[in-house]
Amino acid sequence: MSEPPSEDRRRPVVTLPLAVAGLCLALPFGAMLWVDSYARTTPEFIGIPFFYWYQMLWVPISTALTAVAYVLVRRAERARKGGARR
Amino acid sequence: MNHGVNGVALTVFVLFFLAVTVMGFMAAKWRRAENADNLDEWGLGGRSFGTWITWFLLGGDLYTAYTFVAVPAAVYAGGAAGFFAVPYTILCYPLVFTFLPRLWSVAHRHGYVTSSDFVRGRFGSKGLSLALALTGILATMPYIALQLVGIQAVLDVMGVGGGSNWFMKDLPLLIAFGVLAAYTYSSGLRAPALIAFVKDALIYIVIAVAIIYIPLRLGGFHEIFAKAGEAFSTKNPATGKPRGALVSGPDAQWAYATLALGSAMALFLYPHSVTAVLSSKNRNVIRRNTTILPLYSLMLGLLAMLGFMAVAAGIKVKNGQLAIPQLFDDMFPDWFTGVAFAAIGIGALVPAAIMSIAAANLFTRNIYKDFLRKDATPEHEAKVSKLASLLVKVGALVFVLTMDKTVAINFQLLGGIWILQTVPALVGGLFTRWFHRRALLAGWAVGMAYGTWRAYETPSATQDHFGNTNLIPFIGEKGYIGLTAFALNVAAVIVLTLVLKAVKAPDGRDETRPSDYTADAGDPDVAVELPPATAGAPGGH
Repeated sequence: MSEPPSEDRRRPVVTLPLAVAGLCLALPFGAMLWVDSYARTTPEFIGIPFFYWYQMLWVPISTALTAVAYVLVRRAERARKGGARR
Repeated sequence: MNHGVNGVALTVFVLFFLAVTVMGFMAAKWRRAENADNLDEWGLGGRSFGTWITWFLLGGDLYTAYTFVAVPAAVYAGGAAGFFAVPYTILCYPLVFTFLPRLWSVAHRHGYVTSSDFVRGRFGSKGLSLALALTGILATMPYIALQLVGIQAVLDVMGVGGGSNWFMKDLPLLIAFGVLAAYTYSSGLRAPALIAFVKDALIYIVIAVAIIYIPLRLGGFHEIFAKAGEAFSTKNPATGKPRGALVSGPDAQWAYATLALGSAMALFLYPHSVTAVLSSKNRNVIRRNTTILPLYSLMLGLLAMLGFMAVAAGIKVKNGQLAIPQLFDDMFPDWFTGVAFAAIGIGALVPAAIMSIAAANLFTRNIYKDFLRKDATPEHEAKVSKLASLLVKVGALVFVLTMDKTVAINFQLLGGIWILQTVPALVGGLFTRWFHRRALLAGWAVGMAYGTWRAYETPSATQDHFGNTNLIPFIGEKGYIGLTAFALNVAAVIVLTLVLKAVKAPDGRDETRPSDYTADAGDPDVAVELPPATAGAPGGH
């Protein structure tokens, strides 16, 4: 019923890089769900109110954050596999 | 609005349509495996798609013709509130990053084709898996219907299909759908995967041109937003309320945030998203895609801007869905209008094909095989799925032709609320086996009932029922009903799990192991990309 203890978990499950990866994935939630922080029209960018360009700016920001998380997670996975299996 | 047929635009549109039709049929031979008579081949494209194909496929799948028409239409109608589509698609990728690679791994180790397959294996409960499969099918059908609405909008503006005779009126749509059904039947998931390249290329070109060309004609963004702001602040004489706002006001922010979050959680649980994800060839294809898919979110944001341009350009349409096609028609030279409309039309075909395949897979695996014919062979499964994909499409067609458009829109809205109720079993199940299967079923029922009831009770902007935001109990702010229903669902699951565990109710057998959730291509027991997977197909079934 409960999960049997995992055989792959030889290392601590949450290491520093994985915590950083988690933070990278969590940041966009804080930024986007706090609507009040960007609900205004100024400063404008080429005539586009702040509300719109700020949210669009978060697309590349969140992409970069996800990319960092990807690199960190993949490294951690490789290290774990290298240590546990091969 | 109908000022005769736009001949040039129509010709360009038809040419593109013919080109993708040919591609659709040729796709059957593209990257084909030796033994193609099974669901892994027809329904998942051989589980062989790499990063780029997956990117196009998912992009073509998630950013549909309806999105193309509806997001700017929402902005056109109410301003800021419609822009939640952007945070929504920003938030969905970190979520995808955390849970879908686990689904991919466990699906590959056990040969799961649908998300309900996984739930059945994880919780040993066919009932729960059936509930989720039905939810998926119910939510997908109106979504397919809406793709047709997208095509209809384009045809309408081009002046086609406006005749008085019902047959002539619907003929273009019938032809489009017949063609779609035929190549989906013969080529399976490969057809939309190949056509997605054309669709996305067209859409990117159209957006790039629109976002530069239209503001130039309208006097720049500053001018556009000034005019739009004026239009939105004008009070509606009937209700005494302004039409919309340029920035979401204090009383609209909870709704904005909860809509974004709830929609983000639901997006990748739709059967068609799962199908596209499972067709990729390894875990990292999915993770890499979460870093390149946001390019579409950027496109979506630009697209939403078109809503303001439509306001600024003084487009007046009775049906908001026609705002963008009408804007294109007014602004672009005829030939480019044809290209833009082709982008929308083809943009409808790709997701419609994937959605019908996904719904068909659910039917075959979780209803037909689990309950009707337990001994179905892989060949038989593929056959049933092909037929089911036809049925699903015919159903969607009947939906569009016989009922009012708003019915499809209402159901699509309900579909989002419903899909969100599959989160505890599906996403929860990927991380923990603590939940009791009966508690999950009960929580699902609670969420479905509450969400449907509340949505029905809530008036929307244009009608008395089927709004998507209402007061959240205990918080007292307006929020997305789907997310409130989800919270109730989770609460019910937790409480009932505690109760059921206390009375030691029998729990189902879990056929998965913790290591299944991190397995990758190349690991032992992971089904390798077909072609080699022939005779027995992936292990586990």
